[in-house]
Amino acid sequence: MTESPIVVPNFFFGRFNLEAIPYHEPILVMTFIGVAIGGAAVLGALTYFRLWGYLWREWFTSVDHKKIGIMYMVLGLIMFLRGFADAIMMRLQQALAFGGSEGYLPAHHYDQVFSAHGVIMIFFAAMPFVTGLMNYVVPLQIGARDVSFPFLNNFSFWMTVSGAALVMTSLFVGEFAQTGWLAYPPLSGIAYSPYVGVDYYIWALQIAGVGTTLSGINLICTIVKMRAPGMDMMKMPVFTWTSLCTNVLIVASFPILTATLALLTADRYIGTNFFTNDLGGNPMMYVNLIWIWGHPEVYILILPAFGIFSEVTSTFSGKKLFGYTSMVYATVVITILSYLVWLHHFFTMGSGASVNSFFGITTMIISIPTGAKMFNWLFTMYRGRIRFELPMMYTVAFMLIFVIGGMTGVMLAVPPADFVLHNSLFLIAHFHNVIIGGVVFGVFAGIAFWWPKAFGFKLDPFWGKMSFWFWVVGFFFAFMPLYVLGLMGVTRRLRVFDDPSLHIWFIIAAFGAVLIACGIGSFIIQIAVSILRRDKLRDTTGDPWNARTLEWATSSPPPDYNFAFTPVVHDADAWWDMKQRGYVRPLSGFKPIHMPKNSGTGPILAGISFVLGFALIWYIWWLAAVSFVALLAVAIHHTFNYNRDFDIPAEDVVRTEEERTRLLAAQVNA
Amino acid sequence: MRRLRLLALLPLLAALGGCKFEVLAPTGDIAAQQRDLLVVSVLLMLIIIIPVMALTAFFAWKYRQANTEARYEPEWHHSTQLELVIWAAPLLIIICLGAMTWMGTHLLDPYRPLDRIGSRTVVAAEDKPLVVNVVALDWKWLFIYPEQGVATVNELAVPVDRPIHFQITSSTVMNAFYVPTLAGMIYAMPAMKTQLHAVANQRVESRGFSANYSGAGFSKMFFAFRAMSDSEFDSWVREAKGSTEALTRQAYLELEKPSEAVPATFFNEVDPTLFDAILNLCVEPGKMCMKDMMAIDAKGGAGLESATASLLPLLHDKHARRGTVIGGAPSYVVGICTPEELATALTLSAADTPAAASRRADSAPVSGAGLPIPGFSPALLPAFTSPLLPTSEADIGPRRPSNS
Repeated sequence: MTESPIVVPNFFFGRFNLEAIPYHEPILVMTFIGVAIGGAAVLGALTYFRLWGYLWREWFTSVDHKKIGIMYMVLGLIMFLRGFADAIMMRLQQALAFGGSEGYLPAHHYDQVFSAHGVIMIFFAAMPFVTGLMNYVVPLQIGARDVSFPFLNNFSFWMTVSGAALVMTSLFVGEFAQTGWLAYPPLSGIAYSPYVGVDYYIWALQIAGVGTTLSGINLICTIVKMRAPGMDMMKMPVFTWTSLCTNVLIVASFPILTATLALLTADRYIGTNFFTNDLGGNPMMYVNLIWIWGHPEVYILILPAFGIFSEVTSTFSGKKLFGYTSMVYATVVITILSYLVWLHHFFTMGSGASVNSFFGITTMIISIPTGAKMFNWLFTMYRGRIRFELPMMYTVAFMLIFVIGGMTGVMLAVPPADFVLHNSLFLIAHFHNVIIGGVVFGVFAGIAFWWPKAFGFKLDPFWGKMSFWFWVVGFFFAFMPLYVLGLMGVTRRLRVFDDPSLHIWFIIAAFGAVLIACGIGSFIIQIAVSILRRDKLRDTTGDPWNARTLEWATSSPPPDYNFAFTPVVHDADAWWDMKQRGYVRPLSGFKPIHMPKNSGTGPILAGISFVLGFALIWYIWWLAAVSFVALLAVAIHHTFNYNRDFDIPAEDVVRTEEERTRLLAAQVNA
Repeated sequence: MRRLRLLALLPLLAALGGCKFEVLAPTGDIAAQQRDLLVVSVLLMLIIIIPVMALTAFFAWKYRQANTEARYEPEWHHSTQLELVIWAAPLLIIICLGAMTWMGTHLLDPYRPLDRIGSRTVVAAEDKPLVVNVVALDWKWLFIYPEQGVATVNELAVPVDRPIHFQITSSTVMNAFYVPTLAGMIYAMPAMKTQLHAVANQRVESRGFSANYSGAGFSKMFFAFRAMSDSEFDSWVREAKGSTEALTRQAYLELEKPSEAVPATFFNEVDPTLFDAILNLCVEPGKMCMKDMMAIDAKGGAGLESATASLLPLLHDKHARRGTVIGGAPSYVVGICTPEELATALTLSAADTPAAASRRADSAPVSGAGLPIPGFSPALLPAFTSPLLPTSEADIGPRRPSNS
């Protein structure tokens, strides 16, 4: 299929027909065969080892925030690989398509690839990574046993999976949007994108958006209501602070995305004219609305990364974080300001000079609290004892790379300068600079930092360092050429080039992408090697880094109930404070612990949502109606389930805690 | 870490010599001023960026665990003086940068007529700018020179040192008009006019393009930009005049159909109302112009009369598969009233002023690309007779082509 077919819907299959299967695209067919073989192998292995029951009972239906956090990370990693596959296809196309060559991707395919890359990386890789880390760490950091609404947490996760599954389906059934990752109308309207691509985009984001919004509400409640006694707001760990701000941003901004996409949906499905050229619709409204969500979105991603770097810097410098209070205020200021800058994404749309300068200056103002944060990390390192473990290496790399991205960001915030750099590869280099240097490095630092907490053994340092150096060097090779190309006036999203002087830069960038691929490969090897060598890397103390916050007070991995007794907090670095004051672990007096029960409703609802989304995309109205009714029925049925909690008997708690006592004693004796 | 980073930059620096840095070395005064602002802002920021990067590397090295000589103060975490400095230093830079931004944005506002054409040359009061109307089509550029009465596709020629006033719109989707060597970009949007004032200061052969993704043919949507002396420009205009084609409305409707990699084309004559019609989405016969619709709306709407008018004149999206997905054919409410009232209204509007009658444009056949031709007149209401569910490609009209 080289272009979108036009199909007259029929009753049973809607727009779906055999033409929708891209069997004439060799790349997609090969991918499909690979995915099918791999998928069959995984499913076969699960069946052979009889793991289905275990997975369903212990993981899929789990309401334990730790398991959900880990599942988010797995989802993020899978989608990250898919998004990276798109990236490397683009790099290859742009490196090939010179001197009259059309490259190997036709426009219909290439335009889907860059749209999918953006959508997947932001919504289905970065968001799950960030949400996963927050899910895992925040309850532990505040001394809670789970989040406020454990079932909702499970449901949120599966809705995100459902959205991701729809995007993946678009690879083999139909097509994805060819509009860029924000799907500006009128191009994304029914008149110019008549086939299923934009509908996949809309419904994938709407379904995943339900999950994101609910998980935001959940974490806000958790942080506000479930902190351990003594932990007032100004004693919260910085990662918890940044998580709180991020979730406030999520709850305040995702409804805007939902509404904007709903308006676009109405334009596409029922003939309204919000953003069309017909009947006086106006696409500029869409551009404003989508960026009123879109700008806070980048802070949703970066704030938790800032939190991770704060924890890491302070832990590995063996020092209290410098300027805790100003760090918190900087975070809050960024949160508020992130709503006052959206127009800087389209200075070139013809707003007046005063409007443009207002948004340019508010954007620059954000660099003040960000700069303050940078100095705070710097002075945390000052007079410290820095251990260069992997998380700290990522932090130093972040500090060096992120300031470059920050500087190019402020360049783009000067409207007249933006007029010459907007939509250019300079812009692409800028946001990859901050997102890779900030979010991706933050996530990798977080994974390396908290992995021993989650699994009880450290990650293998050798492959970690391999991955680190490949990533850092690869980043410079992949994106510095794009800065250069941007200054030569080269635009984003181009598929073919005819100026031979540009060629070398694209080849360097493609080489950088290959280095990054090695970095990702090393990361996966690192995980595999660490699992194989887990006995050597074992940590039985629960506190392998001599860290400072409460999550390190419990065992690794933590028991289902996290803490046998709720800790009492006296300091922002609660665990450090406990260690300094000679904290003694209580060994008796355990009581039964009240816990939420697993529920299968989350995955079932998300599965039905997937069917509903698919039916709406393909205009299979009967199926949409049936699945919508089923969705309501299952949700209502779930409200009659009163069997939602249980108590972990005191004997089980005693047994778990005695096991830990034994491990700790063995540690001391050894 | 730092050492490797620099290594990574080396090949780039070595290769910089052979490149055309159009953004950094433009030939137009506006782009040059934009470049200056870019450079000054970078220098301002480097005041703080370089110390931060140097300190990061220095602290990371000095306070490494192996260096037991270095002071270690695990409890030191606050210093009011330092806090003041770390908030004040970025603040001061941003105050400078903010002031520059405010001035620069106003001075270089693309809508502001030029008052200089170079750092030393002011524009004389009697100098009228050269007006160029720019239309972003799928996937090529149309330039209309109202003063010269010519038009071109994919070739923009301007005389050196004369201010140019671009008025920009698009026929279907969003694009961005960008000639890096001349001036910054501005979006081209359907039914909207954006503006750009610029001047070329040197004779140059360069190119411009769309800087906003606009669909399958986007990669080849570029045009030649030629800045030339006055006499060269005059002969260029004569060359255009020598073309045999005229840009009538009919020719435009043919031209705006999607096509890629279109060679430069000249038109010796242009319908003087064409750009206005393109801007108002009413080149096609029978379409209501946006400005008329807005004028009606500004007066509170057409009231009962709109009940009797077909909506077809208001449908401007081209190459569309029409119809909502559920029903297939669009059908519109003709009037919320009793049949008698409707009949009265019809009679009234039939006997309306000539202006109102022409506004409805019902008598002209509607021949939009992608539209079946419904025969309708005030007597035959289209809404209840909808013949419209498209069944074959011929009915649907052309789809967007793909070069694959």
